[in-house]
Amino acid sequence: MENILSILVFFPAVAGLLGFVVDKNSIRAYGITVVTIEFLLSLLLWFSFDTASAGMQFVEMIPLIPDMGISYYLGADGISLFIIIMTTLMTLIGMASMGETKNIKNMIITLLFLEMTMIGVFVALDAIIFYLFWELSLVPMLYIIGAWGGPLRIYASIKFFLYTFTGSLIMLVGMLFVAYTYHSLTGIWSFAITDWYALVLPVDYQLWLFAAFFVGFAIKVPMFPFHTWIPYAHGQAPTIGSVILAAVLLKMGTYGFVRFSLPMFPDASVMAITPIAVLSLIMIVYTAMIAYAQKDIKQVIAYSSVSHMGIIMLGLFAMNAEGLSGSVFQMLSHGIVSGALFMLVGMIYERRHTKLISEFGGIAAVMPKFAIIFGIMLMASVGLPLTIGFVGEFLVLLGFYQVSPVMTIIAGTSIILGAVYMLRVMKFTFFGPLDNEENKKLKDLNRRETWSLIPLVAIVIWLGVYPKPVLEPIDNSVKALLSFMDEKAITQEAKDMIRVAKSSKEVK
Amino acid sequence: MLEPINVSLESLNLITLAPMLIAIAGGLIILIIDLLNDKLHKTLYVMLTILVLFIDFGAVLGLNVNERGFFDVMLIDGISIISQLMIIGGSMIFIPLALTSKKFHEYSYPEFFALFLFMIAGFQFMVATDNLILIFVGLETASLSLYTLIAMHNRKNSYEAAVKYFTMGALAAGFFTMGSAVVYALTGSVELYKVAEVLATRVNETGLMIAIFGSSVLLLVAFAFKISLFPFHTWAPDVYEGASAPMAGYMSVVPKIAAFVVSIRIFGMYLDLGIEWVRWTILILAVLTMTLANIMALVQDDVKRMLAYSSISHAGFIMAALALDTTEGNTAIFLYYALFMFTNLGAFAMLWISRHKKRRFDAGHDHPYEKFAGLIKIMPIGAVVMALFMLSLAGVPPFSVFWGKIYVMQAAVNAGYIWLAIIMGLNSAIAAYYYLKLIVYMFLKDPVQEVETVYYNLSKPLMVIIGFATVATVAAIFYVQPLLSYLYYMISASGY
Repeated sequence: MENILSILVFFPAVAGLLGFVVDKNSIRAYGITVVTIEFLLSLLLWFSFDTASAGMQFVEMIPLIPDMGISYYLGADGISLFIIIMTTLMTLIGMASMGETKNIKNMIITLLFLEMTMIGVFVALDAIIFYLFWELSLVPMLYIIGAWGGPLRIYASIKFFLYTFTGSLIMLVGMLFVAYTYHSLTGIWSFAITDWYALVLPVDYQLWLFAAFFVGFAIKVPMFPFHTWIPYAHGQAPTIGSVILAAVLLKMGTYGFVRFSLPMFPDASVMAITPIAVLSLIMIVYTAMIAYAQKDIKQVIAYSSVSHMGIIMLGLFAMNAEGLSGSVFQMLSHGIVSGALFMLVGMIYERRHTKLISEFGGIAAVMPKFAIIFGIMLMASVGLPLTIGFVGEFLVLLGFYQVSPVMTIIAGTSIILGAVYMLRVMKFTFFGPLDNEENKKLKDLNRRETWSLIPLVAIVIWLGVYPKPVLEPIDNSVKALLSFMDEKAITQEAKDMIRVAKSSKEVK
Repeated sequence: MLEPINVSLESLNLITLAPMLIAIAGGLIILIIDLLNDKLHKTLYVMLTILVLFIDFGAVLGLNVNERGFFDVMLIDGISIISQLMIIGGSMIFIPLALTSKKFHEYSYPEFFALFLFMIAGFQFMVATDNLILIFVGLETASLSLYTLIAMHNRKNSYEAAVKYFTMGALAAGFFTMGSAVVYALTGSVELYKVAEVLATRVNETGLMIAIFGSSVLLLVAFAFKISLFPFHTWAPDVYEGASAPMAGYMSVVPKIAAFVVSIRIFGMYLDLGIEWVRWTILILAVLTMTLANIMALVQDDVKRMLAYSSISHAGFIMAALALDTTEGNTAIFLYYALFMFTNLGAFAMLWISRHKKRRFDAGHDHPYEKFAGLIKIMPIGAVVMALFMLSLAGVPPFSVFWGKIYVMQAAVNAGYIWLAIIMGLNSAIAAYYYLKLIVYMFLKDPVQEVETVYYNLSKPLMVIIGFATVATVAAIFYVQPLLSYLYYMISASGY
């Protein structure tokens, strides 16, 4: 199946269209079957993926609008492969764990369309196709937040849409300018990212373009100070919305940096290390502090998720193999862990219809399974060794240590701060006296909830103990990326900064 | 003694007149049929109009590029052919909106359809000539018919709209004649190609710049009224509100295409002469138009007024492309309108089916946002379709208007106006808000009034039209390439 990427993209969309016909009592089974098949397809992608090769695989290219240089151009490498699998996995688990929802048919169909757009973003190798899926992904999310969210849902959904839309239009102008430059140098119109990689741009062009792309991606990540939409989005979104938002949609931003900014503008990226590191540090420390001050469990997790996105950003701009691989790995672990945490909060919200920490206390006694799983996920989020969170965070910090030890130490406080606010949640929710009458009647996780969380627990521990099968393909692609950046960089500072790992040089 | 003037029939090249004559003859035939039998149903007239337009379309397709005819006043170049095709095509898809399930006053008069065809002939004359007098004649024929068509809607505010449009149109016509008079005084000719030749030799004469400036400003004001550029746009929202939805949708596309073609001819000439401040005046007007119209659209309570402001803003976008004066910029104008046409058709058709025959929705407005609240519960497919149109207007890929937008922005970047592309991007982001507002009302709120109002007028033909508009909006990605290469070929063939 050479065209497996197209199948991965369009299978959920076709299923979504056909889903309109399915009866609303059977739609949940339909949806889960579809996303399971999609997940299996993504596993098939992994098995047929040549992990030794660092380049793009499963490439498909069909010219769409040749006069403008737009083509339907897909491909996957080690970096996108696992993000795709994570996307299908989190959609599957999110959908399986979804509790009773009104208008479930609309929800399932919306999720299927959302899945198409998410996978489309990660496999697109044509800038316009990338942009197309990127923008299209806003629409289902707008509907999910706006239709199933909390009391402020309409405000939150519009804020989410407008923020991202504005940023991405600036990015679009950047894309058009790159295409124009490519045309004026080669005489060919092309939006293919792989063609753009060949462009060696002067440093001032790089800086402007880096800024244009930065606006688009940073809002999505969300980088400080563009993060103000996310507390509303998370606070108002239904559980499934938060899960997908934290697990996948935020990764589009960081993925954009890996796919566009780093390889296309290596010199500008090196120049941006310090400003971005400072913003990331503010993001890490400041949002961790806000997280500590929250009264609502979901908001704690939302802010902790932003704080951990700061670690990912830091790793991306470490400019060495450890930092970048760690960062990509951290994208996966962040997706799984924060997704799971949002699901857990959703489960307790369904039982008690409140998320305030003060309402709980001592519920470990009545909900032991829940408490154990929550504990494991919480540890993974903090970055305890032998969990998935440790691998990524450790590699990022190791990588960034080579850039700036001081900043690394400040970033390292995130582990401590994370432990502080997370353990505070743990303490006030699960331990202490069980004094609230309503909490005594709480039921532990039912079978559906348990079985949708157990795979995540297994992955958290498996990849925490033995990350090699995932880390290796990522590492290959990352090293190829770095040596490419090193070759392409114009300025000496950039060449000095980008540390190409030895192994990939030997291969050459 | 006077020499007798011999004009051979071949040198007249009468075939260049054929398309307009077909439309006029069609209008006369409709009037004659009415004279013979006045009890005929509107469906007959609608279909006859479409058939006449079909022949008209064929006649335009058969024309050769770059020909002149009829004492050299007719100019059939690439632009005139594609704009005629778009005018006729646009009219063909808008006129079936008359086939509502309820009876509306204006369609019971066959004169409506005759006037409609005369108007199209007027637009065709406008675009198929570079003679300022013939442009004026075409403009007035079309505009006078259009005023009447609006007034025939037979509501209090449609008279207001028609009179307002008439007054503003008369003022614009005045500016146009004064501008042409100055041009004639400067060059001794009303043929634009001769004007360009003379001006090119005289452009550096001292003291002449003020006269050239005067002529360009007068003409610019005239067309700014027609295209509804800021600050000459104020009539547009009231006229759109007063006119019936199909007329409003029609006005936001077809007359503007004609006005843009004439603008390309006139202002393209000024730009080619290297008069930079004409470019800057147009650019500033365009930027102001898109920005201020967007901001005004944000505060509207009525969907139709919002769409009116939005179409003003889109016109600003396109006007900016005109100022670039590159082949890509001119292609962008046509590509944008070709794609915008379908989406706009769909959006106004959706308003049209929600129109009650007598009753207004509330005292203030006929189409307030509240009317569409909870549409997803009343008419799910209608809500989805309307949302598609709104997303397309907002420029969300892969829907049709996005491809027009990206082409305009690419043209701006290529011409070196990156700031313009950024302003366009930011404006699209502002615009997203008011389009989203309607989506939010339709999907996320509960219905407020009796449900029957939103599909009051629905009929099978209207469903077909809306379905067609939906397909054209969604599947744009597949036909942009052939459309684009055709437009680009025709425009570069005529040297713009």
